[in-house]
Amino acid sequence: MELFAQQFTNGLAVGGIYALIALGYTMVYGVLKLINFAHGDLFTLGAYLGLTLVTSWLLSGLGPLWGTVLLVVMVMGMIAAVGVLLDRVAYRPLRESPRLSAVVSALGASIFLQNAVMLIYGARQQVYPPNILPKLALSFLGLQIPLVRIIVLCASLAMMGILYFFVQKTRIGTAIRAAAIDQGAARLMGIDVNRIILMVFMIGPAMGGAAGLLVGLYYGQINFTMGWTYGLKAFTAAILGGIGNIPGAMMGGLLLGVIESLGAAYISLAYKDAITFLVLIMILIFRPTGLLGERVAEKV
Amino acid sequence: MSLLRLNGVTKNFGGLSAVRGLSFDLEEGIVMGLIGPNGAGKTTVFNLITGIYRPEAGDIFFDGLSLLKLGAHRRVAMGIARTFQTIRLFRNLSVLENVLAGCHCRMKAGVLESMFRLPAQQREERKALETALNALELVGLGSRAEQPANNLSYGDRRLLEIARAVATGPRLLILDEPAGGMNEHETAQLISLIFTIRDMGITVLLIEHHMTLVMRVCERILVMEYGRRIAEGAPEEIRRDPGVVDAYLGAEDNW
Amino acid sequence: MKNRRTVVFAGCVAVLGLAPLFLDAYWTDVLNNIGIYAILALSLNLIVGHAGLFNLGHAAFYAVGAYTAAILNTTYHIPVLSLLPVCGFTAGLFALVVARPIIRLRGDYLCIVTIGVGEIVRIALINNLFGITGGANGIFGISRPSLFGCVIRSPKQFYYFIWIFVGVTVILFHLLEYSRVGRALNYLREDEVAAEGSGINTAHYKLTAFVLGAAWAGMAGNIYAAKMSIISPESFTFWESVLIFAIVILGGSGSIPGVLLGAFLVIGLPEVFRQFGSARMLMFGAAMIVMMIFRPQGLLPARRRAYRLDRLPSGRGGA
Repeated sequence: MELFAQQFTNGLAVGGIYALIALGYTMVYGVLKLINFAHGDLFTLGAYLGLTLVTSWLLSGLGPLWGTVLLVVMVMGMIAAVGVLLDRVAYRPLRESPRLSAVVSALGASIFLQNAVMLIYGARQQVYPPNILPKLALSFLGLQIPLVRIIVLCASLAMMGILYFFVQKTRIGTAIRAAAIDQGAARLMGIDVNRIILMVFMIGPAMGGAAGLLVGLYYGQINFTMGWTYGLKAFTAAILGGIGNIPGAMMGGLLLGVIESLGAAYISLAYKDAITFLVLIMILIFRPTGLLGERVAEKV
Repeated sequence: MSLLRLNGVTKNFGGLSAVRGLSFDLEEGIVMGLIGPNGAGKTTVFNLITGIYRPEAGDIFFDGLSLLKLGAHRRVAMGIARTFQTIRLFRNLSVLENVLAGCHCRMKAGVLESMFRLPAQQREERKALETALNALELVGLGSRAEQPANNLSYGDRRLLEIARAVATGPRLLILDEPAGGMNEHETAQLISLIFTIRDMGITVLLIEHHMTLVMRVCERILVMEYGRRIAEGAPEEIRRDPGVVDAYLGAEDNW
Repeated sequence: MKNRRTVVFAGCVAVLGLAPLFLDAYWTDVLNNIGIYAILALSLNLIVGHAGLFNLGHAAFYAVGAYTAAILNTTYHIPVLSLLPVCGFTAGLFALVVARPIIRLRGDYLCIVTIGVGEIVRIALINNLFGITGGANGIFGISRPSLFGCVIRSPKQFYYFIWIFVGVTVILFHLLEYSRVGRALNYLREDEVAAEGSGINTAHYKLTAFVLGAAWAGMAGNIYAAKMSIISPESFTFWESVLIFAIVILGGSGSIPGVLLGAFLVIGLPEVFRQFGSARMLMFGAAMIVMMIFRPQGLLPARRRAYRLDRLPSGRGGA
């Protein structure tokens, strides 16, 4: 029981991180029908930028609360800017081109970003300063759950909650959803689709960057290839929930985190990643629209 | 026995019933027209016959054999060929290669025969080229064989689709709005082409909105509305049927 | 125009034929690597270039071939060269099993599944699946190929072995392209619905593309294993698949000369620019973006096929 609870809560925390990254994939795919292969590397960049900020003098004067808030805001802002730049350079010129061109460009962007991070920060693992988050454990129903885990989970749930509110209740959010369903119709209804795309490339990467920061704080270690594993898993989560569906990505992320944690403990640690990919393949074969997605038929 | 028989065919898309309990017979050797307002389910019927859709209920018989278990490409081999309402050509390939696609199902060469150029394969290729060129000459595009399909005018593209369908050696040719986008001269040539195809022994089933063409070319006409058959008969009968006039044709001076 | 192409072609063959006489062992080995990647890229070209299926997991087929050779050779001492068809067969069979359930998936989804397959294979290899794959250290002690009693050992010997294989591959694939099968692959790439509606069994041809491409990648794996004598899962990562994919796309998807040129550039250029170190990958990523924006059809795009109409018995043709 103890093992189950620990793995379950760990799964939720990791799942929250996957969900944040998955949101980036799903929002971009929803509006542009493009798999942003470089998104995982934006996540990595977030982790590294967080490290730079944390170890620099910029935040040392502030207290822990304001320091953390400013850290999160700065990282999200900077990654959002990189996200917009990425779209301008690698994707916008290819809006009218066949899908394959955009896929290749995305791969190229991913290679570029990943190696840029490596060149700037070095190929070895980097470590976050250990005393940022308290090392306490909370007592809950007789179990010791690390406070860090709860903080990370709450942080990701908070961000998801804000995004959900934004997308469901505000006008811009509705415009984003409309553009995701039918870009042409949205344009005809007077929605500035270019602005929507801009927003999507700011919000998605910002979430991804924040996730990178959380990973740095939670696990302490980061390396320049982590965008690859996290990215593919987050993408699986997005597909699981129904690609293009925002609540789906959130749900998919949490679900995948829990499946992975429990799978690692009860089935096999070594094959943990393989299990995730197998889940991905099974979903795509048997229920490609995911748990919350809708079927769209092609008119012949 | 009729060449094509539909028996109580129903096709639903979610809550919408596109085709409801449709039944009709098509005799061999005639030209039959399928008309009706937009949304009546005509293209859906074509997609059901050619195997792109599976019906929820009913059956479709070709030469007495049920088609239900056969995939789309198998039906072509059996002798049903089609053109598409929206024109689906292989635009980056040459006109000749587009027609060669039709010859595919009458050929046998596999990977090994193709890689090693066995004599049977070479004979088959030459025969296919002949068939393809014949089909192109039939529709009047013989001189354009080497050009990219993209270069053709809209009317010529429709003709190319017909050539590709004829190259499959069909017994039944299904044309989905073949006159769409054609001017008067091209339409007249199309009428003459359809007669030639019929005289070759190929049965023709077509959807068309161009009423003059339909009345001239078709020996029987089936009228659909809201997924159901509302009338069937010779052109003169259909022309005078009040239900049809009401639903679709309008008074005669309108067309 | 046609004569110019023949001259260029003959010139290339001559240069390739004489190259090892003028190059040292290092550069000959670079050309050997280019040759192996050329075979891999030509095999992927069937899947991506001709059939139009996004396959980003090609390294999995490469790995199956390499490991088949390695395991059978080190365990049963079967000569590596005679395992060549066996490796092709196992890789092809693997592709058949894996591709059948996923063949009807739409483009992007198929892409993701192939990535997943590639990763699952790599993870299985690292974890010493069934105890025979040697784990992260791989398998060593693979013997060299021997032909008519002569052992192929030096870079120069491997050079001729590899490039003759490339030549045979080019010829066979060229003949395939100008045939019913080759056309079927192109039809299904251009418009699957139209192809099916014209009587082409699209599911069958998608599988054919995968199996044939996989079989050739498997044979490339055999050659690689024999050449390196040691193989490990590190040689069969996702980036390997991306590299091969990039060669096809940047060189000219669907074009044999394009793919060959792509192999020379993608594998050869970084060797020339070795002093730039890690910045090479950076350039590579940037190059992919730039190519897609300015020349998406590749450096040497596929040309439209011409048919010899004047040879027909009816005496027609020759426009």
